[in-house]
Amino acid sequence: MTYFEASDLAHVLEEQGKDASLMHVLEDVQRRYRYLPQEAMILVSERLGVPLSQVYSVATFYHAFSLLPRGLHTLQVCTGTACHVRGALQILDRLETQLGVEPGETTRDRLFTLETGNCLGACALGPVAVLDGEYEGQMTTKKVDRLLKRVMRESEDGHD
Amino acid sequence: MIRLTIDGRDIETEPDRTILEVAREHGIDIPTLCYHEALEPFGACRLCVVEVDAGRGGKLVAACAYPCAEGLKVRTDSQAVLQSRRVTVELLMASAAHVPVIRRLAEELGVGEPRFTMEADDCILCGLCVRACKEIVGVAAISVINRGMEKKVSPPFRIASNDCIECGTCVLICPTGAITLDDIRGGAETVHPWESAFEAVDCRTCGHHSLAPQFIDHTTLLAEVDDALSPIEEEALA
Amino acid sequence: MIELRDPQTLSDFRQRAKAESEAHQRHIRVCNSTGCRALGSQKVLARLQEALQAEGLADEIELVSTGCRGLCELGPLVTIDPERITYSRVSAADATAIVTDTVAQGKIVDSLVYVDPATGQAVTRDHDWPFYASQMRRVLALNGEIDPTRIEDYIARDGYMALSKVLSEMTPEQVIEDVKQSGLRGRGGAGFPTGVKWDLCRRAPGDVKYIICNADEGDPGAFMDRSLLESNPHSVVEGMIIGGHAMGATRGFVYIRNEYPLAVENLSIALGQAREYGLLGEDIIGSGFDFDVEIRVGSGAFVCGEETALMASIEGKIGEPRPRPPYPVESGLWGKPTSINNVKTWANVPLIVRNGHDWFASVGTEKSKGTMIFSLVGNIRNTGLVEVPMGISLRELVYDVGGGIPGDKAFKAAQIGGPSGGCIPAEHLDVAVDYESLTELGAIVGSGGLVVCDEDTCMVDLARYFLKFTQEESCGKCVPCRVGTRAMLDTLERICAGDGREGDIEYLIELGEEIKRSSLCGLGQTAPNPVLTTIRYFRDEYEAHIHDKTCPARYCKGLITYEIIPDLCPGCMVCARNCAFGAISGEKGEPHTIDPEACTRCGVCKSVCNFDAIAIR
Repeated sequence: MTYFEASDLAHVLEEQGKDASLMHVLEDVQRRYRYLPQEAMILVSERLGVPLSQVYSVATFYHAFSLLPRGLHTLQVCTGTACHVRGALQILDRLETQLGVEPGETTRDRLFTLETGNCLGACALGPVAVLDGEYEGQMTTKKVDRLLKRVMRESEDGHD
Repeated sequence: MIRLTIDGRDIETEPDRTILEVAREHGIDIPTLCYHEALEPFGACRLCVVEVDAGRGGKLVAACAYPCAEGLKVRTDSQAVLQSRRVTVELLMASAAHVPVIRRLAEELGVGEPRFTMEADDCILCGLCVRACKEIVGVAAISVINRGMEKKVSPPFRIASNDCIECGTCVLICPTGAITLDDIRGGAETVHPWESAFEAVDCRTCGHHSLAPQFIDHTTLLAEVDDALSPIEEEALA
Repeated sequence: MIELRDPQTLSDFRQRAKAESEAHQRHIRVCNSTGCRALGSQKVLARLQEALQAEGLADEIELVSTGCRGLCELGPLVTIDPERITYSRVSAADATAIVTDTVAQGKIVDSLVYVDPATGQAVTRDHDWPFYASQMRRVLALNGEIDPTRIEDYIARDGYMALSKVLSEMTPEQVIEDVKQSGLRGRGGAGFPTGVKWDLCRRAPGDVKYIICNADEGDPGAFMDRSLLESNPHSVVEGMIIGGHAMGATRGFVYIRNEYPLAVENLSIALGQAREYGLLGEDIIGSGFDFDVEIRVGSGAFVCGEETALMASIEGKIGEPRPRPPYPVESGLWGKPTSINNVKTWANVPLIVRNGHDWFASVGTEKSKGTMIFSLVGNIRNTGLVEVPMGISLRELVYDVGGGIPGDKAFKAAQIGGPSGGCIPAEHLDVAVDYESLTELGAIVGSGGLVVCDEDTCMVDLARYFLKFTQEESCGKCVPCRVGTRAMLDTLERICAGDGREGDIEYLIELGEEIKRSSLCGLGQTAPNPVLTTIRYFRDEYEAHIHDKTCPARYCKGLITYEIIPDLCPGCMVCARNCAFGAISGEKGEPHTIDPEACTRCGVCKSVCNFDAIAIR
């Protein structure tokens, strides 16, 4: 996990320029650190001239941002309507059971963050799960188990 | 000047004024919770809804924000309006039935026990404290965080705000008493529920009133007096 | 790359681009949008390229990576032009055969040809598939034909011709009149007459004005806007430049939700190319008109599809709506007059200018002109995106275009308009799908999401599902929406869990109607719709849940039990091994039993049983 460096943030702010949009700056920070460190938010507030309370307000309002570090792997289950009528809940249940977390939470070993998404745009493949941006379609509970096994095995081998 | 009718009465007014302002001027009472004449209309509590007909059928709008217009027909006490207010108050009672201003509204509107209840909370999320801190005081020490049912008022990171100047505006403007300014030991004061703590400085002249140094700094800044203090301020800080 | 500094240069360039494209004898088109990429289309493209090289055909055959063809159910689709031979469900392994057999020798690969389930016949040309034959693809015409990352493709197909005409031959007033006469209504859901909105924006006082493209498509199950931006981004850009000129704006914003990375990427590329060619930026096509477009990415909030919340988001604030009036056309982004339109609305504009408003209005109904794009999802054979004339019957949409319901199950309802919409039951299958007719039934056209539900769908659960969505997405500013939807959801959850009470239905109706009337914005004003319409048309299901404590569709966990049928169970122990809760017991060879106390109704056992021995009661 990368640690917050003020110099990193200076870089982001420079890239965005004078008209930097608060949302875009925060999105950049979120991408780099997998969450919004407190120090980053304070710096953004100072540099952009936006009250800290507004930065914090925005950070907590939008789901794209998290105040706690997200897991190494993000598993997103689509709970959009099309996937819902094709049994997405079953897939979500299975993941909750196997990982021991609820949507929005991260496993204690910081390996997985489980999330739900409202229509990820691949409705013909439903039920859909997305692992780190890779789409896995026509999910079944069996496929869930296999997927988790594969990721955990890769983790052990690569030892992140 | 434009002409409209409110509850059947013909009224004349300058343009660009809200229904609420004009109605109150003419002695027509419309209840509000999140409205304050010193702040921009917010339209959140929905208590001030009135029925308007601009020629395409009636609909409910917030009187605090809706502009008067030529030929507008307004009803502040129709069945639709009262029914809406009752449900809004009933929903507020879900968590704030113990709050005096809410109880009073419930009595006036004839709202009984709420059919839905939640955990009790003094805060009704009217947003007055946040808006006053931003629009009038100008420090924006607090804001609303999260969204939906998780929404609450909080300083950044849920700890005492560095920007708070303990002016007490939020305390004064809160309609439910959810925010208090309390003395704690040693001459310090704190704003609940955000636990900011200040060493207050007593006024040397009367000895009864105290101010936080940050407050003095901030008002000095606002008055653009740079570092110079007025005689009273100098005395107070001495 | 060449700067198109005047209409003649643009016209010449178009001729050249057309000629270049026609220089290739044949084209192979492969859809490569988000949905098909998830099915391996990138690999298919790579293998096809390899095979073409191997056969020495790489120079005469052009391989085109296109956008979404709309029939996601059968993707990836590969089409060989000009014969129009179309193969479906193509995998990388099939690529070689396609080149060596079909391209080189003209032999059809039978296993890849689409078979019409209704007739049992194999149909080689996709234009002849009922799915495509029954549509009227105007806005979607170039989806699947052009490479969205090549502006030359768009220009070769008459792209930017409308813009050129507007800048050299028309006045802003004429453009607005054109749009008014066409009858185009906002395709984002509200259906407000676009020409009127543009006119109001143009007339608003002030020198600084903005236009916004609302691409925050948040309805679960809707992906038309994503598809358009991925597959034909220039159509939206051209529409926006025309609109900007007509209204007197100099800056436009496209607000896209962050869940659409490919759309953001393709649009970025399109904007960059348009600038290089002098079609965006300063002095567009030498007309003296300056205009540019910026992308703003959303951060995960459905409420930001609401126009005032969207603008707040661009301004760096939380997505809380504000009261209207003032409307955005009077005072919008940073207080300036702003016209916000949906992706599909913008994409229609170049077509109207090029083909005339009469052409646009020649289809549709009296008050709902033109075509509409729907996403057909759920329990339907032809899952995908379709474009049909406004006014088509729901029956035609579901059965002719959609191909009917898989498993030949019975149609129960169609949910139109997403979480803001309502459901239409079987008795209204012949309703004309247009703005007015749907509103009468309690539903809305919305942004075009259409979810088909079969006989196994629990309508109470569906209402609960939608309300849970809107409850989670509620910004929380106003009381009726924040607390009211919570109260409604609580009630629905109780009902689905088997704890429904007398008076619940009446409470839901009363509360729902007040929330609709009193909420600050469109989210709250429409959130109760799924509940109210399901009660209106499926009250008996609610009654069954509440009074009889049963779920007729056998879906709600609190009201069903999983049972093993002893006569069918050979005792193979597969279910017991897969049960994560230890709820199944039994000896090998003996029928097993499920302990209802330990069972969580997760359904895993039923899905792994090879003997169909598990039933839901």
